[in-house]
Amino acid sequence: MELVQLLLGGIANGCIYGLIALGFVLIYKASEGVNFAQGDMMMLGAFVTLGFVNADRMDLPFLPGVALACLVMGCVGYGIDRFLVRGVFGQPQFAMVILTIALGFALRFVAGTIWGYSPLVLETPLAGVNLELAAGLAVSAADAATIVTTVVLTVLLWAFFARTRLGLAIQAASQNQLAAYYMGIPVKFVNSLVWALSGIVATVAGVLYAAKGAIDPNIGLLGIKAFAAAVIGGFGSLPGALAGGVIVGLIEATAQRYGPSGISQMAPYALMLLVLVFWPGGLFAQIRAKKV
Amino acid sequence: MRFIFKTSYDRDIDLFEDGWHRARIAALLAVLVALPFLLGEYYLAEATNLLIWSLAGMGLMLLVGHSGQVSLGHAAFLAIGAYTDAALMHCGLPWPVAFAAAGLVSGLFGALVAIPAIRMSGIYLAIATLALFVLVEEAVILAEPITGGIGGIMAPPIQLFGISFERYGALANFYWLCLGVVAAVTLAYANLLRSPTGRAFMAVRDSEVSARALGINVARTKTLAFGLSCAATGLAGSLMGHFLGFFNYEAFSIFISINLLLVVTIGGLGFIQGAFLGAILIAAVPQVLSILRDVSGIDTSGYPGLETVVFAAILIGFIIYEPMGLYGRWLKIRTFFDLFPLCRRDMFRRQKSYLKTERMR
Repeated sequence: MELVQLLLGGIANGCIYGLIALGFVLIYKASEGVNFAQGDMMMLGAFVTLGFVNADRMDLPFLPGVALACLVMGCVGYGIDRFLVRGVFGQPQFAMVILTIALGFALRFVAGTIWGYSPLVLETPLAGVNLELAAGLAVSAADAATIVTTVVLTVLLWAFFARTRLGLAIQAASQNQLAAYYMGIPVKFVNSLVWALSGIVATVAGVLYAAKGAIDPNIGLLGIKAFAAAVIGGFGSLPGALAGGVIVGLIEATAQRYGPSGISQMAPYALMLLVLVFWPGGLFAQIRAKKV
Repeated sequence: MRFIFKTSYDRDIDLFEDGWHRARIAALLAVLVALPFLLGEYYLAEATNLLIWSLAGMGLMLLVGHSGQVSLGHAAFLAIGAYTDAALMHCGLPWPVAFAAAGLVSGLFGALVAIPAIRMSGIYLAIATLALFVLVEEAVILAEPITGGIGGIMAPPIQLFGISFERYGALANFYWLCLGVVAAVTLAYANLLRSPTGRAFMAVRDSEVSARALGINVARTKTLAFGLSCAATGLAGSLMGHFLGFFNYEAFSIFISINLLLVVTIGGLGFIQGAFLGAILIAAVPQVLSILRDVSGIDTSGYPGLETVVFAAILIGFIIYEPMGLYGRWLKIRTFFDLFPLCRRDMFRRQKSYLKTERMR
């Protein structure tokens, strides 16, 4: 029973990593660049929601507040692409890596200046509610909501990419920008749209993360763990990101419980390096090496 | 404008363009050697710090700028260098041995890491090095008997032939020591770039496929680049350890990695000079900020992290508007005056490369 409880907590944590990783994957799918500021976008999303929802701030009802925050963060994501990332369009991938790292610092500064550096708690209706699944097996409402939301969001996004015209256009733009452009796809606009989408996903991740504890501007560093998730799942695969996140969450939880101290910090990264060595494209690989 | 008439191959690959170039470098070196007599204690310490940063920057420049591999974890190699040096000196070995060992250990570790890393490219490599950095950081905390764990470790003062090179007691000596190391590494680096190995690095950077077609062993070249880069960074780490005097794992945080990346990007990717220019910028920004604060009288204590955000803004500005960095900008200005009425705006325009992926879905 204890093990099941442990694994459940691990899965819920892993879903958060999976959600952040979804944001990476979205942007990777569209422009084959990695947004190193994704963790910080999640942090900003959580703070924007806090600004709308908390009683001492704007005191909106919870769900409309989250929706509004999603809207705001969507605009932020769109704006980041329109005004910053588009500036490095057509430059080597490396440029975008550095740009988004710098952007992460800027976002952290913005959040710290507006909301302060001390931990704050987002007021959610999920707080303190526990669901009894079986005798001795309880799951907190926040964990349950995290798991359900993550699965639903992953399925929705997967359907969006596989079934809709816009999703196909995004995939086309990511596979060959020039060819997609010739086919009449507005590549730049599509890219901005994906950034907006990843801003929204980041907000959802942020809210779910905040439901489980306090937030401060440095939680964006969680993004590094989400990298591990994205890499293990294979960049560019939506279900892979989720699977990777859950794997990281499970490993972390079990290592923390059964391993010596310090191992739980290292385990996700060690696993990620192993995956990179033996399956360079991740478990859900989508890249084949170019042969000469 | 002036044409240099080259009459032999040796003349063509000479380190210096002409006598004037040679004289300028000599003058720069002379000024640097005389610096302890010109500057006060505080600014001399800053200059030493700058030299160490340029050394680390050169390490990363070799990797990012000249062989096209991105590393976000170079602080790990700084840490390895610093801890190797301190641990060996605590065992009673003299400094030159510990220093060489620091370079060797980080270089070997780097080459070892490169064996899986060279199979990745671009983003994957960046993330793998980031993971490596986290692993090394945790390992440093766990390996308490060697590294002192969270508490940290003291770098013993350097003594050579009865002369003290201690950072606080004999700063000028320590400065000259760093200058010597930096000058030697710079010379080696410049020579490397005109050797077949250095050319192979650049060929691999520009196109792996065509480099392979020309008979370059890509895996070996990349591993070598990784090893050399990490060795240089390890040397810098060892000096940094002595400069700090007492350090723990926090001295080599992820921000150091990112600052290093900042050094090479802002300085100008692919130019040795870029590492120095970037290091100057890194060292100057906090000074300028504090001077501005004193002059303007604005209280910035309510905005922690202001320095970082200024760095971030500079970085974003450079990436978008001047991807060639400070040295690239200087080259453009120089060309403008060299060719005076004939310079055209598009002379430095870069070919844009649009994404074409090998993904299946």
